Amino acid sequence: MEQNFFPEHKYITRAYIFIIFMMTLTGFGQMPIFKRYYIADIPGLGWLAEFYLTHYIHYIGAILLFAIFAYCTAGYFLVGRHTFRLTGPAYVRIILLSAITLTGIFRVLKNLPDMVFSPNFTMFIDISHMVFVMIFLLAAAVFLFMKTGWLMPK
Amino acid sequence: MQKLSRRSFLKAGLAAAGTLGTSGLALPASVRGADTNELATLIDIRKCVGCEACVDACQEVNAHKFPEPEKPFPKMYPSRVKVADWSEKRDVRDRLTPYTWVFIQNATVTVNGEEQELSFPRRCMHCQNPPCADLCPWGAARKLENGITRIHSDICLGGQKCKAVCPWKIPERQTGVGLYLDILPSLAGNGVMFKCDRCYNRIEKGELPACIGACPEDVQTIGPREEIIKQARMIAKEIGGYIYGETENGGTNTIYVSPVPFETLNKAIEKGPGRPHFDGVEDAMAHADNLAKAMIIAPLAGVAAGVGRFYKAAKNLDASRGKEGKR
Ligand code: SF4
Ligand code: SF4
Ligand code: SF4
Repeated sequence: MEQNFFPEHKYITRAYIFIIFMMTLTGFGQMPIFKRYYIADIPGLGWLAEFYLTHYIHYIGAILLFAIFAYCTAGYFLVGRHTFRLTGPAYVRIILLSAITLTGIFRVLKNLPDMVFSPNFTMFIDISHMVFVMIFLLAAAVFLFMKTGWLMPK
Repeated sequence: MQKLSRRSFLKAGLAAAGTLGTSGLALPASVRGADTNELATLIDIRKCVGCEACVDACQEVNAHKFPEPEKPFPKMYPSRVKVADWSEKRDVRDRLTPYTWVFIQNATVTVNGEEQELSFPRRCMHCQNPPCADLCPWGAARKLENGITRIHSDICLGGQKCKAVCPWKIPERQTGVGLYLDILPSLAGNGVMFKCDRCYNRIEKGELPACIGACPEDVQTIGPREEIIKQARMIAKEIGGYIYGETENGGTNTIYVSPVPFETLNKAIEKGPGRPHFDGVEDAMAHADNLAKAMIIAPLAGVAAGVGRFYKAAKNLDASRGKEGKR
């Protein structure tokens, strides 16, 4: 991709992929599976079974992703869109990431002291957040394999 | 969620305790939103005689919620996953189990130079911001508006995360019951977690939790949290006593008042699995709450950085393109 208006995209893409990876890991770490399946026994991976730690990392990852999304959106609207347009797979990712973000925001709200949600809504949020992530990972893997980027020249 | 009539509670609880007249029971403007509807219990340790009437009452009225596991249990993999079976040990009453949601803890302490045997009921604290509910990956553990933290036994998979993150390690597991049996019983889940649900079903009907009603010594009182805190402070002041639960883990809806410091009690009680401590507890969710605030700032910072970075380029682009073909 010759996104010369945006030379930092190389670093941002790397950071984005790394953060998504960490989010997936710490997100799944919210389920008590890493210990059960000995993954937390692998030297260096013990932290995966520390629920509070993985929870903080997940929050920090969300903060970084929010900043990255906002930065890239600003870049796209100010400059990028004049010479590039979003690809189909980009739209798919944007929709899925939005759904993940939205359900994630509700999840964060739920964790605040003064927020009480109904049981069904809580379950819906918990499960849909995970389902959207799984669809996103699948889609992202397919797009990665097909080497479809986010932008293409107009 | 059915709101319970405060008045019926106040009558039954606070007024009966005789420390506050019904006229003085109007809810003061709350400091924190959630407090307004939250009910808390006061446990006056001085009064408890250790008769275990509360333990009996709890087991009786909640018997229909107790697990009736199917046996043999499905084999679970990997082999490190241990079966937790209390169904044959339902009479264990000296600790928390899936069948004992409240038990009596004892402490021999010296009060004013005199040796005294104190006893007090222990159960879930019903935290104001319960990590068990916040961090439950499945939505099975949940906080209700009236300050109860409840684990839905038909949703819980028994992964025991609530127990791992609970500062008092309260919930107890029973294998062989619940939703996991219908999913992948050998590969995921391990039963259901049980603990005091503060008789949510009785409270919905405006009735007192069984342990409170059954106590011959009126050890426990239930009411709006602010009133309970006031009452606790009053008693503590009167007897030169100590309070536990007001600030522990950021605040709980179970407030103990003791004539001796809780550090002293904590040293004197038997602690271990199913036997919670009386340690100081930091707010387990405080860091997450702070990070949540940073989440609001992050996108703004990102946009600001983006605009700062691209604004000039955008202007140049506009200038170079002139009037034609904008967009
Ligand atoms: S019923 Fe009351 S006095 Fe008896 S053990 Fe329970 S709290 Fe103590
Ligand atoms: S004491 Fe433990 S189980 Fe009870 S509400 Fe607090 S975190 Fe949950
Ligand atoms: S409030 Fe209800 S469930 Fe909790 S200990 Fe008392 S009787 Fe048992």
